Amino acid sequence: MNRRPLTALIHPGEPPPDLKAYEAAGGYAAVRAALRDLQPADVIDRVKQAGLRGRGGAGFQTAMKWSFVPQGDDAPRRKYLVCNADEMEPGTFKDRYLMEGNPHQLIEGMILAAYAIGAEVAYIFLRDEYPLCAKRLRAAVAEARAAGHLGKDIHGSGFHLDIHLHISAGRYICGEETALLNALEGKRAVPRAKPPFPPVAGLWGKPTIVNNVETLCFVPHILRHGADWFRGLGKGSDGGTKLYGASGRVRRPGIWELPMGTTMREIIEDRAGGMLDGYRLRGVIPGGASTDFLVPEEHMDLPMDFESVQKAGSRLGTGTMILLDDKTCTVGMLRNLQLFFSRESCGWCTPCRDGIPWIEKTLAAIEAGDGREEDIDLLHTHTRLLGPGRTFCAFAPGAMAPLQSALRYFEDDFRRHITEQRCPYTNGR
Amino acid sequence: MLSDSERKAIEAELPLYERRRSLCIEALKIVQEHRGWVSDEAVADIAEFLGMGADEVDSVATFYNRIHRHETGRHVIYLCDSVSCWIMGCDRARERLRETLGIDFGETTPDGRFTLLPIACLGACDRAPALMVGDELYGPVDPAKAEEPLGKHP
Amino acid sequence: MPTIHIDGTAHSVPEGVNLLHAALQLGYDLPYFCWHPALGSVGACRQCAVRQYRDEKDEKGQIAMACMVPAVDGTRCSIADAEATEFRASVIEWLMTNHPHDCPVCDEGGECHLQDMTVMTGHCSRRHRFPKRTFRNQFLGPFINHEMNRCIQCYRCTRFYNDYAGGTDFGAFGAHNHVYFGRSTDGVLENEFSGNLIEVCPTGVFTDKTLKRHYTRKWDLESAPSVCAHCSLGCNTFAGARYGAVRRILNRYHSAINGYFLCDRGRFAYEHANRPDRPRQPLVRDKDGTMRPAVAAVALKAASDALAAAKGVVAVGSPRASLEGNYALRTLAGNGRYSPGMAAAEAAAAALLVEILRDGPLPAASLHDLEQADAVLVLGEDPADTAPRMALALRQAARQQPLESVDKLGIPRWYDRAARDIIQGATGPLHTAWTQATRLDDISRPFRGAPADIARLGFAVAHHLGGDTPPVAGIDDALDARAKEIAESLRAARRPAVVTGTSLHSRPVLLAAAAVARALLQANGENARLGAVFGEANTVGATLLGGPPPEELLESLDAGKADTLVVLENDLTRRVAPALLQRALEAARCVIALDCAATPVVERADIVLPAASFADAAGTLVNHEGRAQRFFPALPHTDDLRESWRWLAALTDATWDSLDDILLALAKDFPHLAPAAEAAPGEDFRLNGRKAPRSSRRYSGRTSQLADRSLHEPRPPDDPDSPLAFSMEGAAPTCGSTANSGEKNVPSPAGVQKHLPSSLVSHYQTPGWNSVQSLTRFQEEIAGLCRGGDPGALLFAAPGGNGALAGSPPRPFNPGAGPGLLTVPAHDVFTSDELAALSPPVAERAAPPVCRLHPEDAAAHGIADDTDARIEIDGASAVLRARLDPSLARGLIALPVPVPGLPPRADDTYATVRPAP
Ligand SMILES: Cc1cc2nc3c(=O)[nH]c(=O)nc-3n(C[C@H](O)[C@H](O)[C@H](O)COP(=O)(O)O)c2cc1C
Ligand code: SF4
Ligand code: FES
Repeated sequence: MNRRPLTALIHPGEPPPDLKAYEAAGGYAAVRAALRDLQPADVIDRVKQAGLRGRGGAGFQTAMKWSFVPQGDDAPRRKYLVCNADEMEPGTFKDRYLMEGNPHQLIEGMILAAYAIGAEVAYIFLRDEYPLCAKRLRAAVAEARAAGHLGKDIHGSGFHLDIHLHISAGRYICGEETALLNALEGKRAVPRAKPPFPPVAGLWGKPTIVNNVETLCFVPHILRHGADWFRGLGKGSDGGTKLYGASGRVRRPGIWELPMGTTMREIIEDRAGGMLDGYRLRGVIPGGASTDFLVPEEHMDLPMDFESVQKAGSRLGTGTMILLDDKTCTVGMLRNLQLFFSRESCGWCTPCRDGIPWIEKTLAAIEAGDGREEDIDLLHTHTRLLGPGRTFCAFAPGAMAPLQSALRYFEDDFRRHITEQRCPYTNGR
Repeated sequence: MLSDSERKAIEAELPLYERRRSLCIEALKIVQEHRGWVSDEAVADIAEFLGMGADEVDSVATFYNRIHRHETGRHVIYLCDSVSCWIMGCDRARERLRETLGIDFGETTPDGRFTLLPIACLGACDRAPALMVGDELYGPVDPAKAEEPLGKHP
Repeated sequence: MPTIHIDGTAHSVPEGVNLLHAALQLGYDLPYFCWHPALGSVGACRQCAVRQYRDEKDEKGQIAMACMVPAVDGTRCSIADAEATEFRASVIEWLMTNHPHDCPVCDEGGECHLQDMTVMTGHCSRRHRFPKRTFRNQFLGPFINHEMNRCIQCYRCTRFYNDYAGGTDFGAFGAHNHVYFGRSTDGVLENEFSGNLIEVCPTGVFTDKTLKRHYTRKWDLESAPSVCAHCSLGCNTFAGARYGAVRRILNRYHSAINGYFLCDRGRFAYEHANRPDRPRQPLVRDKDGTMRPAVAAVALKAASDALAAAKGVVAVGSPRASLEGNYALRTLAGNGRYSPGMAAAEAAAAALLVEILRDGPLPAASLHDLEQADAVLVLGEDPADTAPRMALALRQAARQQPLESVDKLGIPRWYDRAARDIIQGATGPLHTAWTQATRLDDISRPFRGAPADIARLGFAVAHHLGGDTPPVAGIDDALDARAKEIAESLRAARRPAVVTGTSLHSRPVLLAAAAVARALLQANGENARLGAVFGEANTVGATLLGGPPPEELLESLDAGKADTLVVLENDLTRRVAPALLQRALEAARCVIALDCAATPVVERADIVLPAASFADAAGTLVNHEGRAQRFFPALPHTDDLRESWRWLAALTDATWDSLDDILLALAKDFPHLAPAAEAAPGEDFRLNGRKAPRSSRRYSGRTSQLADRSLHEPRPPDDPDSPLAFSMEGAAPTCGSTANSGEKNVPSPAGVQKHLPSSLVSHYQTPGWNSVQSLTRFQEEIAGLCRGGDPGALLFAAPGGNGALAGSPPRPFNPGAGPGLLTVPAHDVFTSDELAALSPPVAERAAPPVCRLHPEDAAAHGIADDTDARIEIDGASAVLRARLDPSLARGLIALPVPVPGLPPRADDTYATVRPAP
């Protein structure tokens, strides 16, 4: 059976499979079968058996999240499903790959997820910078609707579903699921207070599930091939495959669907082809800008699954690695990351809004040869003070992840900048 | 005044949202699509159309980086300045664009052809450094010839 | 009561509050910014960090924001925890990265919450070495000064202005560390509660522009507890003064009335007392007819001579003058010769509404009651323009009922950030019935019709509520359906209220409201309330003294039955038909006017006795719910500027030397007004042997105030009427025990009172808390009663129910039937109040005086939009700009209140309208 379920039909550079091609490859069979044979609770149960964990970064159990949606007569009748396609985590380009390459797969996943939770309206929250995705998703939704996979009384099941495409107006914080809900409601995308969590009170106050593109794309396959098959795809405790990516100074930057738990070495050396000539690998940010550095000396053989990466002191995040080479200035790279975070902070809470710009300016000063001894301490303190629980949402702790780990692994780089009063990297950029 | 086609486009979105004011972002984007940017008057018109205060609409408009509250050039160049593109030389690309176009981030060429803006990760890290001109994505661009793709956008 | 543990000490705390609320109430110094007792918790500033422990075994705990943690039984936290302390100092440090170091020249300096919190956290030396961000400031109108660079982004301003007060011309703009609070373009802040930004903002972004014009350091003000004199609600205020002038008004918390907020009329009207044309020196007309300044004794002599020589004295009091002033005047003139000063139609409406409140079915609603109401019908009143603070309360009422869905999710109501996302702008049942659009329409279901139809709606609602009100005969289906719907939402409510008022001067409307009230009592029982709006600050007090309307007395002048007129704080041109007034004034041999404003009556008078204003007098006002409240002078009075009652006392043989004396006499003559004496402690009150100070403990100017003239420090002026001293010395306003400064909340020995009574607190300040946020130290419970109880005394006992008030529905209004268009009032929040209109910044906000007509009526009369129309009533006429207003019911013309030159309107006043050439 297929070891690359998500990407089997994806051929970059070519148009995605249309409805006919998608159905020919078994597409929408899961929808027909589920709407015919399964109760919503069964769908949740299968996903639970498979142990699917969210691919949006946090790795939350998908079925568990779905089961938080209140059901029954006294539950709100309206419920919503939202596909988080706001992919803006620096270094991440996996959801684009899935949406451009096989939009029907996402739609099918959404139909199943919506059925499972009882949502009759679903949104795809797509970032503005992905016009090709928008075009292809629109066409696919239209096809699916024409074929009766969407709309009223789908395949005679009595289940209705409409999928709307909402194109964002920008801002990374929209990816945070509650900020996303505010954005969908046409408000400033400031995260919401939790509790209540979206499954209980989300979009327009109604129960809402927010799932990542990749997560939803798995659902049809799980229903078609079963939980065991899914579990068998992974190498470690987490089942399934994962879209891994690599960018930076590697020979073949790209995206690959590999068994969950593939080691860093395989991804970097076998898939990405290793470093470009003349460059040596110094560090890896494993899953988008808000995860901690790993280093080749310690982690080359680390299985890239949720638990292993966590144990190594980082997070799998989005699974798309950013590679730091020996000619790129660590301080410069962090400054770049913090510039991103300071610009994208929503401005709601003090530590994030005012702390990150200070960090960014300090890093810029260090990079420019204007650093002071006490700056290192200042940076250290900030990584602690902007940690989880101290800010309103997870944005700031995410921003601190690469910084705190860089201070651990590359402290010398920082110190050299300060003692030499200049950037020791000459040809990094 | 909102034009007929703007009004129609906004109205078409109405049934997709539970509350009229939820259309705020859609409406801003529709107007921007038509006019390239969103003026104070447009903000007021949208507000009236949606039954909101102009300040409420502007509060939303100014939050988002893809809503232009200043007039832009005919084409907006979005140069990705996030981490992968930075590693691959987006700073040099920016330098190059400054040299060839004479504009830096936030500026528009005197002939009104280009506005240059930084943008967060374009999700094209495998093609770094990347830039977008309007809806067109380019990458990897050679930082030393970053102006090359612009030829396609008269 | 839940028990919580703070740094190892167990405390009982009220049910349903958050940890920050609980800690502050217990007296802990826990800094915060974004939390506000009336605005709830949103977790933005991150200033209130504590370490929270899961249970007693948990030693590690985690940092949490106290304002987001429910203080449920067993909650454990540490404020003193090193990491929490460090974090709180860091929050200040972050806020300071962009905050200007302009405290020495900042308007907020000295009572700045940010300043206090900075000191409290111990942050003192700057490490941030990069340039600060700068913003451009905006022009926001005559009330508010904007200095955006001081902003610390706590979001309180927009949460108040937009969310709480319903403003739409303000907001937060931009993102990340460039969030800007203001308007999208420069311009006047439209919302009539904008002044609260001054107090809501924890630092100096929004400051009082009127204070700025005659700036004085906050700690150099002498302040007194005062009561707003600009509508019938009686919001409690602090009047701050220096160098003989009022400098500003601040909110003085009263849990039943204004709570934390005032309206802009109340906050900025004070400048009427500073006007250069205000009478400050007695004037006496000399033989050749010119008015000449006189010393008090001479003026008094002239007045008593005139009174002695009079063939008959008639006296017109005033609903804006104190109870004491009116009572003194009544004593002077005698029964039957004193009028409470309201025109006949208004007086009749006021008397009826007082009767309904006192003897009717339901207790009077306080603003707090209305805020808590879960369904309200406003019948025939426009509180947004006549009783602004009530409109703000009704706005909150509309936000009440949907919060039940928040309760269901187990989310506490104080958790504002979450509650708002859950209810999504939903509003509960607020029904308004008025003649035209109002500023509550955005959150209410408005009904618009002529007064008679409003009354019919009311009777129909009463009928549908059940009980004994018969159906309204001949009612049309739409109106009946509407009434039914209103009745259903009122019946479903747990705390319903009906609100009415005297603005329309309509007896049927008031009786209809009484009928609804009676039906509510039957349907919903004891939690139902009746809200009332009256014309002015002491309408209820004046009405309770009773007497004929002024027209009657003026007629008697005209008829020669009297020849001397005494007018107390009343511009009769606003109340009486111009012709009658002119005849009466011409007939009068002598007119004696007492006032604090240069009214046309003062101009005409033969003897002018300058009356102390709210700022330099003590007195009592009775508000819309029958609450007698005392205001105290912020300024010492002079011999030539006396309380009206003092002038009058000198003209009678009464022996009132002090306020206490006259209150005693009043209580004897009017037993139903006796509780007025208890509105505040008498002059002889002392707290542990000491008077209450007017100045802050940091008052710096005492010895240097007069240094340009004398090196000797003068004795502080006396105040014979109150236990307040013109001094910084005196009883500390509160012992303000601070739990974590070691001083424990020990019970005081028997007989020793710890705190000043709330009616004598002249400003909020306790050690470490110099801003208005120190209010928490002056409350029994945060957002609850003031320490020792709220000020004031209620005059009306619980009502007994009264069938005599039953009225019957009037006939429907027939637009074509009358002699022209029926006049209805269109009050203006800023200028319909006589004194407020005299305050220059308030006058700047005045709506242009226009008459409004329905477009079809306008067409029928040949009037085009924005052209001049000539309005004629009873032979008097005036020209007004016309505005076509489709919201107005047919057959009506809405006129500003008042229109100079036109007689006051009664409920059946018709006007003829034609284009003015
Ligand atoms: C600052 C921030 C940005 C995020 N951006 C994204 C994003 O772009 N796409 C995404 O799927 N999840 C993003 N997330 C995670 C979402 O909040 C949410 O957890 C996720 O969409 C849930 O989907 P999953 O359960 O399928 O993983 C972000 C979280 C944070 C805190
Ligand atoms: S941590 Fe605070 S300021 Fe930063 S994005 Fe989250 S809520 Fe906004
Ligand atoms: S007061 Fe608690 S976070 Fe602001």
